Amino acid sequence: MRVPATPTTPGGASTHRGGAPRRRPRVSPDLRAALLYLAPAGFVLAAMLAYPLYQLGVISLFDYGQAQASGGAPLDFVGLDNYAQLFGEPRFWTVLVQTCVFAAVCVVGSLTVGIGLAVLASRVRALPRMALFLAALGAWATPAVAGSTVWLFLFDQDFGLVNEVLAGVGLAGVENFSWTYDRYVAFGLVAAQVVWCSFPFVMITVYAGIRSIPTDVLEAAALDGATPWRTLRTVIIPMLRGLLIVATIQSIIWDFKIFTQIYVMTNGGGVAGRNLVLNVYAYQEAFAASNYGLGAAIGVVMTGILLLITLGYLRAQRGTEEP
Amino acid sequence: MPRRTPVPAAALSLLLLVLAACGPPQVTSGLAEEDELTGILRVWLFDEADRGPKEAVVNRAVAEFEAQYEDVEVDVSYLQVDARSERFTGAFNDPASAPDVAEFGNTDLAAYVEANGFADLTEALAAWPEASDLLPSVLDTATVDGRVYGLPWYTGARALYYRTDVFDELGLAPPRTLGELRDTARRIRAARPDLYGIAVGGNYHYALMPFVWASGGDLAEQRDGTWRATVDSAQSRAGVELFSSLLAPDICPPEQCAMLTGTQSVQVFASGAAAMTIGGDFNRAAVDAGEAAGRYAVVPLPGTEPGTIAPAFAGGNLLGVLNSSRRSTLAREFVQLLGGKEYQREMYTAMGNLPTFADLQRDLADEDPAVRPFVETLRAGTRFVPPTPAWARIDAQAVLPTMVQRVATGEPVEDATADAADAMNAAFGS
Repeated sequence: MRVPATPTTPGGASTHRGGAPRRRPRVSPDLRAALLYLAPAGFVLAAMLAYPLYQLGVISLFDYGQAQASGGAPLDFVGLDNYAQLFGEPRFWTVLVQTCVFAAVCVVGSLTVGIGLAVLASRVRALPRMALFLAALGAWATPAVAGSTVWLFLFDQDFGLVNEVLAGVGLAGVENFSWTYDRYVAFGLVAAQVVWCSFPFVMITVYAGIRSIPTDVLEAAALDGATPWRTLRTVIIPMLRGLLIVATIQSIIWDFKIFTQIYVMTNGGGVAGRNLVLNVYAYQEAFAASNYGLGAAIGVVMTGILLLITLGYLRAQRGTEEP
Repeated sequence: MPRRTPVPAAALSLLLLVLAACGPPQVTSGLAEEDELTGILRVWLFDEADRGPKEAVVNRAVAEFEAQYEDVEVDVSYLQVDARSERFTGAFNDPASAPDVAEFGNTDLAAYVEANGFADLTEALAAWPEASDLLPSVLDTATVDGRVYGLPWYTGARALYYRTDVFDELGLAPPRTLGELRDTARRIRAARPDLYGIAVGGNYHYALMPFVWASGGDLAEQRDGTWRATVDSAQSRAGVELFSSLLAPDICPPEQCAMLTGTQSVQVFASGAAAMTIGGDFNRAAVDAGEAAGRYAVVPLPGTEPGTIAPAFAGGNLLGVLNSSRRSTLAREFVQLLGGKEYQREMYTAMGNLPTFADLQRDLADEDPAVRPFVETLRAGTRFVPPTPAWARIDAQAVLPTMVQRVATGEPVEDATADAADAMNAAFGS
């Protein structure tokens, strides 16, 4: 763990960088105090984050199932065999691509809806804004299992409100239409549910950001004759870059790790597993089948992919930043 | 350690040292050395939707046992079937909290034995006179690699339920072959589009298996000690294709039926929405509570030739002795009492559980016509899933449901069965 060096630190504590120091650095009392204060947090982080990650990595190198855990079979170190098995599985690649596309759609969806509604909220009167926020908070507060189940009820092929309404307005052939049977229809329905329960976070973050933009900037833009669209594109969004990065990375991580919605709404991965995403696949292949070694390998791969995506995104953002 | 070593480096090296010392956690459990003849004997049984009748029978057995052995107290607890995996895993990982005797499902047997959980009862059963009347096909479901690890406590089989009013209305007779079953189902849905010809589902693999076995195929076979999937053999493929063809718009549309489980299929039949289904003796209460009550009959599921019965899957529960038990003699005695003929008969009266003794089954079939089709099915010979720990994995990975659903949604049966066989072989191999 590195101590962030702040130039304003009184006493000018020399920061310790990794690697063997040429000469013994004098540990200043300030640094010692800083480390002391950081120690509890460091300990908690090591216990809660580093140790589980380390165990995940170690387990992924063993043939480790229930029999091994309860002492019925000896531990067998298999090196990278679990990874080889995973990468040799054509289904894994299908599921991986599916997961990426599905997550991308969900991220774009929640960002679009969230930003759009945040702009709307900043432009309407107090009462409609209150209603909008209450609705968004309701969606946000709904537990994922409950939300998914309610959506399933709404889209039920026999008794669902949606099919009834669609049939009511005279759409032919929607009686008993199954929203969870076709692969793309099912993915679309789940994506809509995911967007529904994740846009409020984006909306509230962006709304707070918009409120913090000085009004004179917006007034200046209005005086220059900028349209609302133009204001959003060239004034609001650039000024909210930091917030948007946070919201995007959060959404990527959430949507890449979707489990509940797919598990509940497509009944564990859809007809013939056509709607599997990585997390459900890991659960089914590994943990339900007590094959913890393979499951840990999937976990390591997912962590790696998420780190890569996040780092790449941060890098791209830094690249476009104005000097 | 020099005093001046930078604190983070010291902490880091210490941390690495600690972490490097531990691999994945593992229990070192073995056979218990002691064999005490007094004290508390702990027993785990499964809870039921209505536990009262089961508990009454068990309490009578406990009273008899406690009267027989002085200074022995039997402590029975009932666990939820859904939570059994966590509870048994916990018991195997921590012998101190494990029971001495436990009821468990026969499909879980191989995995539990691999996990070193249950004691070998082969010699104990050989020395017990009543054991000679146990049905061999049922005893097979308690056997791993030639050793018996549990006493079959009750068994169950599935047969063909059909609606007598619908069959009378359309002038149909119960099908005599599986091919006829499909044709009959088609004719019913053509005449009565509001009904499914037969309610079966893509997630109902115990309904699929009889089709595979009746067609001369099998799920897997053991050769030279290793298991190989045979679900892609020509015979098995024919069975898979026949079963999957029931999940068609003109019988049971895949949009509605592809994801149905066994319980859901029976519920569809019980609600009056289907003309037939495949259900077990244990499903009779559910059907009697629905719209179909009083308007149905049950026959054994036919085979591919008239006059034959399709081999059914032999489900059921066993009573076993935990490997870690410190009262193994008492535990074995209790298993033989509760799982013996007297109390199996009482359990049938109380719960409707079919006994595992041939003579008991015969007597019951003579007394109760409703149980006859199921006993006939059992007597015609039952089959079982491959008794290997890999089966738990294959089950959890939904290999068979995925295969059926792929065929039902139009993929070639050759591809679907070949991929299923690959997945099964991967599980057998690991």
